[in-house]
Amino acid sequence: MQWEAVIGLEIHAQLATKTKIFSGASTAFGAEPNTQACAIDLALPGTLPVFNIKALEMAVMFGTAIDAEISKTSVFDRKNYFYPDSPKGYQTSQLFYPIVGLGELDITLADGSIKTIGVTRAHLEEDAGKSLHEKFADMSGIDLNRAGTPLLEIVSEPDMRSAEEAVAYAKKIHGIVTSLGICDGNMAEGSFRVDCNVSVRHKGDNKLGNRTETKNINSFRFIEKAIKGEIIRQIEILEDGGRINQETRLYDADKDQTRTMRSKEEANDYRYFPCPDLLPIVIEDDYIEAIRNNLPELPDARQQRFIDQYKLSEYDAVNLSADKALAGYFESVVKECSDAKLAANWLLGEFAKQLNQSNTSIDQSPVTASELALLLTRIKDSTLATNGAKQVLEALWRKEGEVDAIIDSKGLKQVTDTGAIEAIVREVVSNCDKQVQQYIAAEPDKRGKMLGFFMGQIMKASKGKANPGQVQALLVPILDELC
Amino acid sequence: MALDKSDVDKIAHLARINIEEQDTQAYLQNITSILGLFDQMQEVDTTDVEPLAHPMDAIQRLRADDITEKNQRELLQSVAPAIEDGLFLVPKVID
Repeated sequence: MQWEAVIGLEIHAQLATKTKIFSGASTAFGAEPNTQACAIDLALPGTLPVFNIKALEMAVMFGTAIDAEISKTSVFDRKNYFYPDSPKGYQTSQLFYPIVGLGELDITLADGSIKTIGVTRAHLEEDAGKSLHEKFADMSGIDLNRAGTPLLEIVSEPDMRSAEEAVAYAKKIHGIVTSLGICDGNMAEGSFRVDCNVSVRHKGDNKLGNRTETKNINSFRFIEKAIKGEIIRQIEILEDGGRINQETRLYDADKDQTRTMRSKEEANDYRYFPCPDLLPIVIEDDYIEAIRNNLPELPDARQQRFIDQYKLSEYDAVNLSADKALAGYFESVVKECSDAKLAANWLLGEFAKQLNQSNTSIDQSPVTASELALLLTRIKDSTLATNGAKQVLEALWRKEGEVDAIIDSKGLKQVTDTGAIEAIVREVVSNCDKQVQQYIAAEPDKRGKMLGFFMGQIMKASKGKANPGQVQALLVPILDELC
Repeated sequence: MALDKSDVDKIAHLARINIEEQDTQAYLQNITSILGLFDQMQEVDTTDVEPLAHPMDAIQRLRADDITEKNQRELLQSVAPAIEDGLFLVPKVID
């Protein structure tokens, strides 16, 4: 029996306004507790919220960027629940008339195919404060600096069928909101949070299975792992004849598994109703069109420009254009080293590997675009072979110094002296009698494939410093002499 | 719409209101009669009526995105029952 996963995402993008959605208190990250929580954020009696024009503009920017319906009249509702980090006793949100209605966007999958994912809606709401449970014995500490920070909650249709599709969609949204400049996209600081709704069903069924919602996921890698784990968990339960509880789960990155947070059986009853403290938000067509006409470059347009301007492959263009910071870094590197293909290969290869391993985002990279550009220039002018260049990148990552100094101190300068290379080639060939005999015995048209072994041995013998092009040019005649 | 005592208990719980056992019946009657009014209103034909979000015929005023509130933590926390290290302290809650 074949199973199919059905996935929908709810993404909370923190809007990059200077102040709260309903008050003039700062939203800057990392301030001392409660120094950015004013009387409105604290819900003191007699205060009234006033809506931030920038939050409205940013929500409309997102809606126009994905060509969604924009509501000319939208309404704030109260979502009622009691929790100490929400001092009003409700969250101001939009349930019935959200600012952004139905839209869609295309994601590119690993095989190059395109899939369209529906965006159900995007609505404005306020963030809650933070509770600190560990610090005190029988008390919880409450910091309300974050209370009232504007969020855009972007809700997808359940259109995704695998963890990979979900990650591609989340990255696409991330690319759009960061390119628009409406969200800084910092997942570690919680500026871009993803909740995953996952259910499974038999392939071909139209009815949806019971779903779980996994919260607390703060990286793309964890989204993929959490969804994959949750799909397997649900299939195992169903195959053992069990049923899936509709519940909220938390992803624990240390254990790489999800666990129950609260079940819907005891779910909150939010008793939404229109907020009497806020009037309907009414916007005109002219306002919407002015925003639409002034949108900055979006990832799709950037992708096409990268193909046209830098002659990148579709794959490279997709991966380099999605994230605004990465795209900017790429363009800086190309400007200085004038080789887009080489820059693309390194950024998506060795450089990406370093970022992943150290769990660093591109804007926190210890290696500047200028340093990487110089490293690539040293590959182009044959100072460095690939292997040596990788060692330089690792050294740059550890802040060991400048490119040329590292090449000198580690002795990584590529050997291009033909006499020296020939000596290494002859030595390796004379030490590999068995492989040489096999080479001689092989049909001439099969010999090409056997060169890889010798190349590897020679590069190893030269500690990666021999120029591979020169090695290959010397190797074939030397072997052919023996035939 | 018929309610029973358990509905009253649930509503009280959601609103975090303590109600005395002997008062439950009175609340039940009150809420039921309010719901009766809703039932009566439901009978009105509203096909051509625009939904109303607010009784005032006005639209939301907007505020410029400028920082106007300065740090008043000391003043604002002076009325809090318990504070420490700049945090408000509340009885421990774990979701």
